[in-house]
Amino acid sequence: MAYLFPSAEWVEQLKIEINRSEAYANSGKTWEGDFCFIVKPGGALKEPFKMYLDLWHGQCRDAFVMTGAETKKPEFTISGTIETYRQIFNKKLDPIQALMTRKLELQGNMMKIMKSVKATLDLVNCCGLIDMKYPDQT
Amino acid sequence: MWFFNSPEIVFGEGALDYLDELVGRRAFIVTDPVLHRLGFTEIVAEHLRRAGIELAVFAEVEPEPSLETVRRGAGVLRAFAPDWIIGLGGGSAMDAAKAMWVLYERPDIDPASINPLERLGLGVKARLITIPTTSGTGSEATWATVLTDTEAGRKLGLGSRESLATLAIVDPAFTAKLPPRLTAETGIDVLSHAIEGYTTTWHNDFSDGLCLKAMQLVFAYLPRAVADGNDMEAREKMANAATIAGIGFGNAMTALAHALAHPFGAVFHQPHGRCSGLFLPYTVEYTVRSDNSRYSDIAYALHLPAADEMTAATAVAGTIRDLMRRVGLPISAAEMGISAADTEAAMERLCDLAEMDYSIVLATRIPSHNELAELFRYVQAGRPVDF
Repeated sequence: MAYLFPSAEWVEQLKIEINRSEAYANSGKTWEGDFCFIVKPGGALKEPFKMYLDLWHGQCRDAFVMTGAETKKPEFTISGTIETYRQIFNKKLDPIQALMTRKLELQGNMMKIMKSVKATLDLVNCCGLIDMKYPDQT
Repeated sequence: MWFFNSPEIVFGEGALDYLDELVGRRAFIVTDPVLHRLGFTEIVAEHLRRAGIELAVFAEVEPEPSLETVRRGAGVLRAFAPDWIIGLGGGSAMDAAKAMWVLYERPDIDPASINPLERLGLGVKARLITIPTTSGTGSEATWATVLTDTEAGRKLGLGSRESLATLAIVDPAFTAKLPPRLTAETGIDVLSHAIEGYTTTWHNDFSDGLCLKAMQLVFAYLPRAVADGNDMEAREKMANAATIAGIGFGNAMTALAHALAHPFGAVFHQPHGRCSGLFLPYTVEYTVRSDNSRYSDIAYALHLPAADEMTAATAVAGTIRDLMRRVGLPISAAEMGISAADTEAAMERLCDLAEMDYSIVLATRIPSHNELAELFRYVQAGRPVDF
């Protein structure tokens, strides 16, 4: 089954992939921090789509679509277009290069992420494991 | 979309004369105590005086400079208020100068938080000149800055594209007195930059040619520079190779050899060049088993067998080991006096630090935690990688 990106089902599947990843369990074993990933509006997506991810010691403790009613204040916010995320998931774009060229925008402590680069990569790899489709493919 | 950055480069015999016509008011030289004592600072100072430039010197940069040293130097720098900052030395002095420059322009920034995402707005108060005195780090032409967090016991790979020098002066005269061992260690570092710059996932059309040229220069001239330090043609070619490789890897970054060399050097207190050279052939053998390795190009450029990637990688790794033997460098950790027991005792820390190193994610094949441990074991024993 192909999961639509972005969607609540996709976020739930990402949590499953993270929690079954031995690589992330190891590289993210010291990581403590939560994220909000924002997909910017564009094409079929009319509103920003916000996904929350709570990563803790190599596991994903929580993952859901943010509706605005939550009280969570994620430590990191990363935003980009669907196309940018798609290129990253397909390994056509390096996530750090995406940040440096501002195709992805980061709010939060970049140095904390740079100290966990392998974990970052393993997280992206988890995304790439999901069988997914995009709004222009539906 | 990507970038290509390079300082203006003045190179060759007599390149320092360029300073005679430097336009400015005050220059602040950042160097290390040994070079200062050897009179290198005075050589540069003489040129600056001819240009009518007032100067001050901070000669307290230690090998693997610490955040504390950078903070202290930036304080002195602020008080002197120069319009030129000159990093004179090896990678340590030049990296310290870059970080001090950032703190001079942006006192609100902590040196440990210098990163490529933040716009710094450098160049308002001063500009940076780098003058290498070894032929190795390429720091004169890169924006990368390696500092040591002594409290955490780890090296920090920092940098902003803005912290690239305005001008790099590559004069081989400074390297003429380098002893053979240091010539070999810094020279093999050049090769590690060139090969990794060519094979990293960030490689690009603009940096590729520079990396290949630097490799050719190292194989042709490093043995001569080590055998006879007064061979000024070899010295000049190695000085050029270091800067060319610096521009190459500065725009493409480094990969697995550096990700392993950084923790190994920090844990066992070994100099950077010796470590990056040590790991290079092993990581060539490891990364060739990826889908997108590029060793045939390298083998072809070096006139080695290049029929397929595995043949090429085996030849490249072999010729690196031959070169290291010729210039008197160890090709295993055991030859450095590091035993299997030492390696096992430090293994968890080595692997953890390697996984935190930014270079690891730029390798075309990224080892798992267990594979990292195996790589350290193979390097300790001097066994060619076969997995």
